[in-house]
Amino acid sequence: MAKDEKQILEDVTSSDYKYGFVTEIETEFAPKGLTEDTVRFISAKKEEPEWLLDFRLKAFRHWQEMEIPDWAHLKIPPIDFQDIIYYAAPKKKKELESIDDVDPELIDTFNKLGISLEEQKMLSGVAVDAVIDSVSVKTTFSDTLAKHGIIFMSFSEAVKTHPDLVKKYMGKAVPSGDNYFSTLNDAVFSDGSFCYIPKGVRCPVELSTYFRINAANTGQFERTLIIADEGAYVSYLEGCTAPQRDENQLHAAIVEILVMKDAEVKYSTVQNWYPGDKNGKGGIFNFVTKRGICKGDHSKISWTQVETGSAITWKYPSCVLAGDNSIGEFYSVAVTNNYQQADTGSKMIHLGKNTKSTIISKGISAGHSHNSYRGLVKVAKNASNSRNFSQCDSLLLGDKCGAHTFPYIDGQNSSSIVEHEATTSKISEEQLFYCQQRGISQDSAVGLIVNGYAKEVLRQLPMEFAVEAQKLLSISLEGSVG
Amino acid sequence: MKMQKSQPLFQKLDQWLEESQGFFNANCQAKRAEALLKLKKLGLPDKKMEKWRNTDLSEALKFDYKLWTKEFSPAQIQNDLFQCDVHDLDAFTINLYRGRYVYQDQAIFKMENGAIIGSMAAAIEKYPELVSQHFDKYTNSENKAFDLLNTALFLDGLFIYVPKNTKLEQPIQLINAVGREENTFVQNRNLIILEEGSELTLIHCDDSYDYKRSFTNSLSEFYIGKNAKLDHYKIQNINNNSFLINSDYFYQERDSRLNTNKMILNGGLIRNEVVNTINGEGAESDILGLYLADEKQHIDNQVFVEHAVPNCRSNELFKGIVDDYAHAVFNGHILVKPDAQKTLAYQNNNNIILTDKAKINTKPFLEIYADDVKCSHGATIGQLDENSLFYIRQRGIGIDNARMLLMYAFAAEVINHIKIESLRTRIDDMVKKRLRGELSICDQCVLQCSTPEYHFEIDMAKID
Repeated sequence: MAKDEKQILEDVTSSDYKYGFVTEIETEFAPKGLTEDTVRFISAKKEEPEWLLDFRLKAFRHWQEMEIPDWAHLKIPPIDFQDIIYYAAPKKKKELESIDDVDPELIDTFNKLGISLEEQKMLSGVAVDAVIDSVSVKTTFSDTLAKHGIIFMSFSEAVKTHPDLVKKYMGKAVPSGDNYFSTLNDAVFSDGSFCYIPKGVRCPVELSTYFRINAANTGQFERTLIIADEGAYVSYLEGCTAPQRDENQLHAAIVEILVMKDAEVKYSTVQNWYPGDKNGKGGIFNFVTKRGICKGDHSKISWTQVETGSAITWKYPSCVLAGDNSIGEFYSVAVTNNYQQADTGSKMIHLGKNTKSTIISKGISAGHSHNSYRGLVKVAKNASNSRNFSQCDSLLLGDKCGAHTFPYIDGQNSSSIVEHEATTSKISEEQLFYCQQRGISQDSAVGLIVNGYAKEVLRQLPMEFAVEAQKLLSISLEGSVG
Repeated sequence: MKMQKSQPLFQKLDQWLEESQGFFNANCQAKRAEALLKLKKLGLPDKKMEKWRNTDLSEALKFDYKLWTKEFSPAQIQNDLFQCDVHDLDAFTINLYRGRYVYQDQAIFKMENGAIIGSMAAAIEKYPELVSQHFDKYTNSENKAFDLLNTALFLDGLFIYVPKNTKLEQPIQLINAVGREENTFVQNRNLIILEEGSELTLIHCDDSYDYKRSFTNSLSEFYIGKNAKLDHYKIQNINNNSFLINSDYFYQERDSRLNTNKMILNGGLIRNEVVNTINGEGAESDILGLYLADEKQHIDNQVFVEHAVPNCRSNELFKGIVDDYAHAVFNGHILVKPDAQKTLAYQNNNNIILTDKAKINTKPFLEIYADDVKCSHGATIGQLDENSLFYIRQRGIGIDNARMLLMYAFAAEVINHIKIESLRTRIDDMVKKRLRGELSICDQCVLQCSTPEYHFEIDMAKID
């Protein structure tokens, strides 16, 4: 039995990372290392206005004085910030008019990823902004979106075409100098997506960004800014993959969401960066700052994430519930295997009256991995009648892994209720036995139980992602336990 | 660090060490000096440290404290000795007054069954092997400033040794009191050793006689041997001007049983640290606490449970009611080490917050490295249930009484775990008084409660 388990585990964990290919695309690099010149180089390359360069330089100077945070339950090997290429872009020969102009190699890459830009455009009605090595290469569907007045484009394009909007909202949710990695991003961010949904518009399609690191030794620093004006609605998807490489690559992104009165933003992530091999070699260091502000009354932000990749994940999508009656939600499945480490969770800051938040976090650890939930629920003294419910469950598959829970709960209001509960256990032997008794193999039974365990979160995902997420879960886990 | 060292307290440490060294032998003196050196290097905690981020000591440390090195004889302070005892409680009482052990004729004595009870300082002289075997073995004083401070400057404390297979029938009550002297600085060190198969009930009270300011740093180490059983009750009721740092280290061997119950009724700033190391299979522990805070009080409970071996069980339940401007902090931490399979660990913290000025920080942590375990925790911050209130009021009970009833019921879950009946009744009364706001208004003694809460005497003769 034990031998079988090992065999199955071996098979699964040694199975290739599906997205580990490298595409030979001509790429333009910035010189290695980080100095003020690098920052200026990136800014110049993007033909940015003066104020943005100032923003970057200010952040860079501030970053130099900061220290890398060490409070997370993570063993972060020292990162040499001078050994990273901060800007890499697929070489652009001329302005692209249609999808036909895109480098065929690039199209091929996206086909391999299962996001054929063309097909997606035709069939599923999802508008995709593809970011490869930090530069947005193609945004589909822009015509349809433009009809509704929706602005969805790469960040650098938005800086050029809608500077007033960018200037007004950038850094409002994640202020400059917020934390070590966000400040680094402030200084060297290369591109990302910008999305503005005007008043009363319900975005007819799902917006999606695909992030891909391709070139070696590069770091990816993208920045997403979503603004939903009064009464608007948008569902936003984010996916990430990277090639299989021996060295660690750095990904430090910022996502900012601003939601006005009566508006709603649903942000879903399937994070599948290269997690490193089974000995823990290589993999992406994923340090992401995600924060949304419910500025107006009756607004809502919902984060859903499926985290299966990255050697190190450090990510706490947060909601600041400033408007009265606003709602924040966080649904997460985090899977770690082999030597992966994850320290992830959510922050819910209740400021307005009658605000509600829900945190559902499911951690699954296998192999030698460590999976921590870390979260903060804060109810300020004026947030009367607020309500929070948090549930953080951990599932342990194997006796070498760890599952940890570090919730921080601060209450200052006498009419609010905060509840937190968490459990840690392994797969129930009764359930396994029950399935096996009915002729379901041990392997499928584990998959079944884990999928059932994560169901609460998976069903929050939009259709396209739900399928992918389920597949990812089964790849990451099947056979890990008996 | 520089900030802390400039505090008046820091400058006095050397002087205090010098004053107190004379009470101890050379070996002990060296240890104390070493601890002080380490402390100076480490500095006292500040709010930037993760474990202290919600508890600000800067206010508590700024006063001009005095270390009380004089000894007391009972005759001298007869009127001051603790008078309000627990009604009907038959306990062997020991008094620590401003950090000094108060005794009639013998500082330490051996009972017929071999148990040793007495002053810590006397035990170091009289039973050096026994003490050195356990002293400072269960703390992690290397990185805890207050442990080091205690090791360096303690003057006395309680020493108990219960030999193999001995059961002490009579509970021991330790009363640690401060008062009469402004700005007293007290360092108590207790060591309780339970050998294999022994049993002990210990009631530990922290009290103050008046409203004089004091700073107490008390450290207790408990060794609970194989199959031994410890019932431990802590009742903390000090004035609002006093600061109390209290650390309890419980080290458990195979099949031992620990039951510790904290009743935190009143105090300016109270910080309790419980460290429970479960190091023998089959051991069980229950760690309970009730805290009631109002005015500007600050109550901080840190509970760390370490499961190092398989097949053990631990259970934590802390409940609190926070009123006015008070601030309550709870940080529970369960660590299950890789080999500790089949561990059952529970942790629960429930809070009722009564005003918008009050504040609660709760951090229930789980850190688990073994897969075949059942661990869970829960934490809530809420109010009295509206439906329950309505139900009670509907039956003609006024709003104030209805609230009282519900708060009392909330607290009763912890109180009901007290196994000594007389103590339970007493705590019950104190909690009721406390909830009505009567407890802190007594002038002389914050604890004037020797009379039971309700006294019904029915003369049967008159009924017929």
